This record gives sequence, C-alpha cells and structure tokens, in this order.
Amino acid sequence: MKKLRNSIYKWLLERIPLKELIDFISKKGVPIHPYSYWYFFGGICLFLYITQVITGILLLLYYKPTMESAYESVHFIVAHVPFGWLIRSIHSWSANLLIGAIFIHMFSTYFLKAYRPPRELTWVTGVLLLFIFLAFGFSGYLLPWNELAFFATKVGTEIVGTLPIIGYPLKIFLRGGEEVSGATLTRFFGFHVAILPGITFIILGIHLLLIQIHGMSVPLGMDEKELKKEPFFPNFFIKELMVWLGITMILVSLSVFFPWPLGNKADPFAPAPPGIKPEWYFNFMFLTLKLMPSKIIFIEGEVFAVLVFFFAAFFWILVPFLDIWSAKEKRSGLFTWIGIVSLVYIISMTILAYILP
Amino acid sequence: MKMKKIIIYSLFFFICNFSFAKEDSCFDCHNELEDNLKKPVEMMKNDIHYQFGISCSHCHGGNPLIFDESAMDKKYGFIGVPDKKEIVQLCSKCHSNPEYMKKYKPGIRVDQMELYKTSKHGILLEKGDKKVAVCSDCHSSHGVLPSNDPRSTIFPQKIPTTCGKCHGDKEYMKAYSIPTDQIEGFLESVHGEALMKKGDLSAPACNDCHGNHGSVPPNIENIAYVCRQCHSLAAELFLKSPHKPAFDKMGISECVGCHGYHRIEKPSDEMLNPQKGICSSCHEKGSKGFSIAEKIYSEINDLKNKIKEAELILNRVYKMGVEVSEAFLVLQNAKSSLTNARNLVHSFEIKRIEEAINEGLKNTEKAYNEGKKGEKEAIMRRKGFAFSLIFFIILILALFLRLKEEKFSKN
Repeated sequence: MKKLRNSIYKWLLERIPLKELIDFISKKGVPIHPYSYWYFFGGICLFLYITQVITGILLLLYYKPTMESAYESVHFIVAHVPFGWLIRSIHSWSANLLIGAIFIHMFSTYFLKAYRPPRELTWVTGVLLLFIFLAFGFSGYLLPWNELAFFATKVGTEIVGTLPIIGYPLKIFLRGGEEVSGATLTRFFGFHVAILPGITFIILGIHLLLIQIHGMSVPLGMDEKELKKEPFFPNFFIKELMVWLGITMILVSLSVFFPWPLGNKADPFAPAPPGIKPEWYFNFMFLTLKLMPSKIIFIEGEVFAVLVFFFAAFFWILVPFLDIWSAKEKRSGLFTWIGIVSLVYIISMTILAYILP
Repeated sequence: MKMKKIIIYSLFFFICNFSFAKEDSCFDCHNELEDNLKKPVEMMKNDIHYQFGISCSHCHGGNPLIFDESAMDKKYGFIGVPDKKEIVQLCSKCHSNPEYMKKYKPGIRVDQMELYKTSKHGILLEKGDKKVAVCSDCHSSHGVLPSNDPRSTIFPQKIPTTCGKCHGDKEYMKAYSIPTDQIEGFLESVHGEALMKKGDLSAPACNDCHGNHGSVPPNIENIAYVCRQCHSLAAELFLKSPHKPAFDKMGISECVGCHGYHRIEKPSDEMLNPQKGICSSCHEKGSKGFSIAEKIYSEINDLKNKIKEAELILNRVYKMGVEVSEAFLVLQNAKSSLTNARNLVHSFEIKRIEEAINEGLKNTEKAYNEGKKGEKEAIMRRKGFAFSLIFFIILILALFLRLKEEKFSKN
C-alpha cells in the first residue's frame, strides 16, 4: 500500500510542481495581531460561495427555467424531491449570508486599509466580486417565478431604465422585451448559471491568486516583520475549518426552522401586492430612490440617485488609488470617515426600509 | 379704434349675460331667510336636478326673474308647497316623459309612475291616504342624489333607514295594523349583516325583495319567487324535493317555512339538529323524516369535524416548515363538498347528500394523511438536525484537539 502511494506521488511529482506547492503552503504564515479574526471572513465568503455552487448544481437537476414550469419545478423540489427542501433553503440562506459576509469582509479590509500597495488589485477584484454577487442575487431572486420576485424584478429593471442614454436599451436587454416575461426568466437563468459563474471564476481566481502572492495584509501602523506568524497549514486552516463547520450549523438550523418560503406563483396580469421590496441588500438603494424629491436642480430625483450610486460604486473601486495617505503608511482619517458614513448610511437605510411604510 | 369698440361691447354683453343667467330670485330671496325657508336652498346645491339646470320654479312654479313677492303670484303658476298627490304628478311630468329624460339620462327608466300606481303606496294614495310614501318621502324633496351616491337616501345601505322612517314607527303605522319590527329584524338578519356591517352592496335591502316603485308586500305563496332571484340552486333543488308538494298542501311557504323572513338568520347546521332544529316541528321523533334529519345532521357534523381536524394538523405542519400546499388544495375540495352537501339538503335526498359527504370525507382523509406524513417529516427533520448538530460539534472538538496538539508539538 505504501509502495503504491509512493509511486503515485512520484508519478504526480514528475507532472505537477507539487513539491513547490507543498513548500509554499508549509511556509505560508498568517500574521498574529489583535485584528487577526477579520481574516476569517474571506474564508467564510469562499465557503459560502462553494456551498452556492454545490447546492445550485443540485437544484439545476430539477429546475425548469420557463414561465409555465419554473414555479412548479421549485415546488416539486421543495415538496417531492428527497432533501430538496434542505438544498433549496441552504441555497437561499447561504446566498443571503454570502452577501452579508462579503459586506463584512469588504468593510473590514477597508477599515484596516488592506488595499494599500501592492494590494490595490486585490481590492478592485474584491469590489467587482461584490457587484457580481449582487447581480447573482438579483437574477436568482426571479428564478422561482413567485409574486414578490416578479414585481421586485419589474421595479428593479424599471430603475435601470431611468438611467440616461443607456437606461432604456439596458432595460430591454435585461427584460428581453418591454415587459418582465418568460423571456426575462430565461435570460436571468442564463446570467445566473452561465455568464455570472464564468466571470466569477476568472475574477475570484485572480483575487485568490493575488492573496497568495502578497499574503495577508497587516493593519496600518504595524510592522509585518515584527509580528509573530502562525502557520497557515495546519493551524489557521484548522481554525478556518472550525468556522466553516459553525457556518454549516447555522445554515442547517436556519433551513430546518425557517425554510425559505416559496410564496404564490407570479401572475403578470394581477395587481402588485402591497409592500413590494427587493432583497434586503438592495433596500438601502431602494429607500434612497423612494425618498428622493421629484426634481433635483434640473435632473429627475430618481435619475439623480441612480447616477450618485454609479459614481459611488466607481469611487469605491478606485479607493486604493485615491487614498494617498494610506499608500504612504500614514493615517488616513478622511477615508476612515468616508467608510464610517457609508456604513452608517447603509445600515440605517436598510433598517428604515423595514420600518417605514 | 373700431376693433377696440367691438371688444369692449362684447365684454359688456358677456358679463351681463353671465350675471343674468346666474340670477334666480327663489335662490336669492330664500337664501336671505332663516330655518326651513332657507334649508331648501342649501340642500339644492347638491341636488341632481340643480346640477342639470333644473331649479325651484320647475316644480314650484313662480317667476324666478322677478325679485319681489310678486314672483310667487298664481298668475306665474306658483303652487307653493305641493300636496302629496301633486308631488307624484310633478315628478312624473318629467320622469314619465321618455323624450324629455333622454336629454339628461338616456338609460333611465320612465315607468316609475306606472309602477307606483300598482304599489300599495300608490293604491292608498289614490284612495286619498296622504300618509303613504310618495317620491319625495324616499328620494327626499330637495337635495335629491343619484342612487349610487353613498349620501343618497336610496343608496342600498340607506334604504333600511329610509323605509324604516315610516315602517319602523309604531305610532305612524298604527292605522295599517302591520308589524313595525321588520327593520329591526332585517338589521339582525344575515342579509342585514352583509349589507350594513360587511358593506356587501350585492346583499338585498328592502327594495330588492319588495320592489322599488311598485313595492308590494310579497304574499306567502310568492315570497319564494323573490328568494329564487338569488338563491336559484337551492330553489331548484327544493322544487323537485318531496317537501314542495307537502308544503303546498300544508300552506307553508317554501323558504319562509324554515328560514323565516326579515329576521333571516345565517343558516347553520344546527337548523338540521332534530333535537332543537326546525325539522322536529313537523317530523315527530321516531318518524322516517326525523331519522333522515338525524342522519343528515350527524353526517354533516362528522365531515365538518374531520375537516377541522385535518386543517389543524396541516396548519401545524405548515408552521413547522413542511410544504403542504397540495394537501391544502385537497382540503379545499373537501370544504366545497361540505358546502355542496349543505345546499343539497334542500333536495332532502339522502343519497345525493351522502354522495357529496363521502366525496368530502375522501378528500379530508387524504389531506389528513398528508398532514400526518408532513408531521412525521417535520419530526424527522428535527431529529436529523439534532444528530447533525452532535456530529458537527464532535468534528469541531476534534479539530480543536488537533489544533492544541499541533501547538503543543511546536512548543
């Protein structure tokens, strides 16, 4: 047995730079400091993404992306497929937890100024991943073809349509026509299971590669060389595994006690039910649009808000290049305050969206 | 210069014409008066006739262009307050004239007067009874509003009050020796509750059974025709039932015999209870009819209780997170069978009723079994969750020990 193992190992060594890889992992260290626990959130995001991929593939075995059978197929998964209810609930819950984990991971790296040179591209790919996962959420929300999702998609794509110049063609492209219909469902399914996963594979690959190249960033003001390090393998890896198991426990608990509801089948001819809201992570933007006055200077309030969000997103991507103080290892009060204001705004508007009528 | 003159003259004539058109001595003078003499002016502002340009003089006569008391001279056809008989004539002058009415409301009926003549009110008025209702008693004299206006005295929800003004007044109705508790009874009835409390405007008010302008008290034999207008299915079943000839023979009116009138209670299964229901008033204990009633009552109750039981378990399972929407649909079918069985009671055919009940029982059992299955599934999920929790905790502990071991070996 040992002989066979050795010969397989030798065979692999001749074909793959396995030795270098093992050397790299065994030498890889994780800095120890009071903020080390934030490092786990990157791993949590990765774990939840893997959960998404696995449960998503399982759902694909039964899901039918047509207006006539999408709802029925999800109902079949939940009611008749063994453990279908669990797979669907884990998929929905992990999608929500993933967005939450990405936000936490992003703000932790932001406040620790982990985007400092040479990690600018790690930040850029990370922010792009957030946008991609928001698109995952938006496209996946429609797939069960239920009432809430249908009208939320209608409102969401309508907002896209308010953008100047590109708004209308973009809305038609997303909807596959003037109205949210079967064409929209097929399109969103395509985005959700083919286009977005393809883009994610490339960007996530770059993001992870850059982390391996540059290693873990240490907070501003700390000298990396003076800090103690713990081996990535097995110490940090075991800790990460323990966290992943904890997350699995949370996912299973949520799925058992609060299974993701299916709601009523969408009826395009029915009036919109009251209290239509998008998924919680879009609520801060949704409420902003709702509270906007009809006109700001000479621009329509809604268009103005959408443009502000676009510029904010653009600014957020460029943070590593704009924060010149952090780049010089100096304290960057302005950017810390920008982060605090953004975070308070997002949290308060999300809560307000549930409180306000 | 010439153009300027034309504009000034045109403006002058326009202003004069506008002010004259608006002037009406009835309005102007009565507006200055007090109490009852001023009230009609205020009420007329909302009146449907006034909206169409029909003013005081159209009914009361007189000359609205004269601004002193001579405007009310008889030579101008002034009649003052018309008496009851005159009111009917006055209203019908226009409302029975299709040519005239077409100008204002092409779809409006013009047979009110003809119908009124056939009504109890009309017949008594003809005989000289001035206490009976004429047009203005129901529609109000000034401030007449269309029937679909919720403020109108003839809006469905206002009709019981309008009719009750006279028919609920014991003193006023004394001379006619008819009961005065109809309104009270109606308000407590299933129809009254639907109309007045639930706001269901399709529920009948007084006029839906007694007629509008041709109102007559439905006689004991034709009251069923009135009920059939809405309850056609129950009527159809009853007409073919063995009770129809029996009721006819005994002189009992079809619907009234069991459901009563005015104070019509919401039908309940208890009506079939032979111990306290209405069947026993004709069917003696031990008779065939009594035992059939007993059977129907017990079978309907059985289905009702089983539906309740199935609903209870399905709701519980649903709250536990198990998908049971299909079972709820099956239960809905069972509920439809129960409704069908209740309606089939009007046929008094035990075979047909039992068929509906059995259909309901079959579906209830199916839904209940689905509920039981769901309950087992929910318990299994919780047990599975508990096992997985133990498994995860053991795994976490094992990893924790491995980490300790790793740190210890490094040290």
